Amino acid sequence: MADKILLAHGSGGKLSHDLVAKSFVKALANPLLNTLDDSAVFELSGRLAFTTDSYVVSPIFFPGGDIGRLAVCGTVNDLATSGAKPLYLSLSFIIEEGLSLSELERVVNSVQKAAGEAGVKIVTGDTKVVTKGSADKLFINTAGVGVIPEGVSISGSNAKPGDRVILSGAIGDHGIAVVSQRDGLSFATKLKSDCAPLGGLVAEMLKASPNIHSLRDPTRGGLASSLNELAQQSKVSIRIEEKEIPVREAVLAACEMLGFDPLYVANEGKMIAIVPPEDADKVLKAMRKNKYGRDAAIIGEVEAEPPGRVVMKTVLGSSRIVDMMVGDLLPRIC
Amino acid sequence: MKYITEFRSSELGEGLIARIQQRSKKKVRFMEFCGGHTVTIFRYGIRQLLPPTIEMVSGPGCPICVTANADLDKAIALSHIPGVIVATFGDMLKVPGSRSSLEKAKAEGAEVRTVYSTMDALNIAEANRDKSVVFLGIGFETTAPTIAASILQAEERGIENYYVLSLHKLCPPVIKALLDSGEVELGGLVCPGHVSAIIGSHPWEFIAREYGIPCVISGFEPLDILQCVEMLVEQVEKGESRVEIAYRRGVRPEGNQIALGLMERVFEPSPARWRGMGEIAGSGLKINSKYQRFDAEVSFDIKTAPAVEHKGCICGDILRGVKTPADCKLFGRACTPQNPIGPCMVSAEGSCSAYYLYGGGRGG
Repeated sequence: MADKILLAHGSGGKLSHDLVAKSFVKALANPLLNTLDDSAVFELSGRLAFTTDSYVVSPIFFPGGDIGRLAVCGTVNDLATSGAKPLYLSLSFIIEEGLSLSELERVVNSVQKAAGEAGVKIVTGDTKVVTKGSADKLFINTAGVGVIPEGVSISGSNAKPGDRVILSGAIGDHGIAVVSQRDGLSFATKLKSDCAPLGGLVAEMLKASPNIHSLRDPTRGGLASSLNELAQQSKVSIRIEEKEIPVREAVLAACEMLGFDPLYVANEGKMIAIVPPEDADKVLKAMRKNKYGRDAAIIGEVEAEPPGRVVMKTVLGSSRIVDMMVGDLLPRIC
Repeated sequence: MKYITEFRSSELGEGLIARIQQRSKKKVRFMEFCGGHTVTIFRYGIRQLLPPTIEMVSGPGCPICVTANADLDKAIALSHIPGVIVATFGDMLKVPGSRSSLEKAKAEGAEVRTVYSTMDALNIAEANRDKSVVFLGIGFETTAPTIAASILQAEERGIENYYVLSLHKLCPPVIKALLDSGEVELGGLVCPGHVSAIIGSHPWEFIAREYGIPCVISGFEPLDILQCVEMLVEQVEKGESRVEIAYRRGVRPEGNQIALGLMERVFEPSPARWRGMGEIAGSGLKINSKYQRFDAEVSFDIKTAPAVEHKGCICGDILRGVKTPADCKLFGRACTPQNPIGPCMVSAEGSCSAYYLYGGGRGG
């Protein structure tokens, strides 16, 4: 049983100490974490962005990522949507008794890799172990802080009529990659989750134009739900063109098979930007230079009427409303 | 050939629309039988693109929608029998019966499992030999063969705790009943694609021959629908009525003989209850005497109170094509996808759900 997580690993005693030292601190080492104090102490100046999220994806490993990479990328991307440079993250692991130590280590290594790529540090954390059946393998809770550069004011309520809507790449990869691994539903696909940290992409976009009005990462609920949120927050209408929205053929095919609409399928490495018309081309160009924005496209624009609504021009040239997602397309994809 | 993007091409679509607009002179009403077609028509805004001469109405081709409350009540009652696991396709969970739904029964402690394939239900039975697993056999000729196959597999693998509540329905008989009622006058029928992949085109011929109604079997992509409408218009303008297959990549005139063979081995035609249409002779499938021991109806003592309809819900009228969701007082107000009152709002193939989702809760 030595290679399995036991309840004692979370009890605060010797096993806990060893787990933290060997499995976490070793992999995630940095001066702030290494102190092992109960809180990380650091100085920051300027306007801060602060966010929290929890990750319960099932299965915990999926093509293109795992729960560790997802936790880092998701938190970083939430900070990036306010224009912030993501800096420090906390991670709390809730582990189901019986998880193999090697699986946990794989997740921690993946956290380390993603944090390195995103340029953030894991500065504090916690571990709890719960009895078998009280959790599903592993849940991760995070918090993150970042600093917003001067002159940047990004909010979901800033979209203005005339603005262009830019999407950073193809939609639906994450949701389909995860669901392809589900028990009872598994199907063969070469699709990988798009799970990626977008702090760098956003920094380059802001360099091209500090006047970006809104940013949003379309995760659960997909592109459709995020655009609806933006339209409602800004009290504007968003008009998109179906033929401009990048979707991979494999996602289209899986959606046909499963009865999904790609507009509602989750992403974990995409960004929607709402940008004043005069800056749209500059921002688009900057995005296409970044590896996470290579397929970026202008997919539509903001109009005044009807406020709070997303309208799509279909490939056939007709128009239809694109509503918020109703209910749960796929439970526990993030 | 990738089979999806080609059938969503803007240029080809524009060409088809132009040809339909040019050719259509007579005022005509077409019914798309299948819920899958209704969804495509709404998702791509196809009604807006057709000339004013063409009216499209939705038909009864949504298996969940047409399941009568009395049958839904049976499924719910089964789930409350101790030792029974009900296995079902996910769409069924939220559908309200007379007094409850499977989702509510589940919350009350009934064991209801969602499966993606009938074979998963069989595997659940194999893994839970001390329980009885009842699969809800809902669907048209498209799903019936897979359920027949699961019964044959159960026999082969010696799985004795697997049962099917067969609520299967057959499409040609319901269309006949609809036409005989004289309630809706139709100038053309968009025939179901996947049902026809199984049964072929021959079973539709009586409609063209006896009722003089043009029939075209359609696929589910936007160009499929437009091509089908174009072919229907062509027949209408020429004053002809034939059965044609627009969905050639999926349908052969003789259908799928293997699937039909499976159905014949396990099922026999029976009367079936349809929401809004009552009992229609020969429109259902029941498990035949040879495989009777798999029949949940025979094996369990299912007790239900008399079925009642939801007050104000007009799903029955909508399924017959005599009313649209916009005519319903509950639509978009009391009845929404989050809080559905009628089955047409629950099923992904239901007319109300399509009107709501793609019309923004305000109808087409």
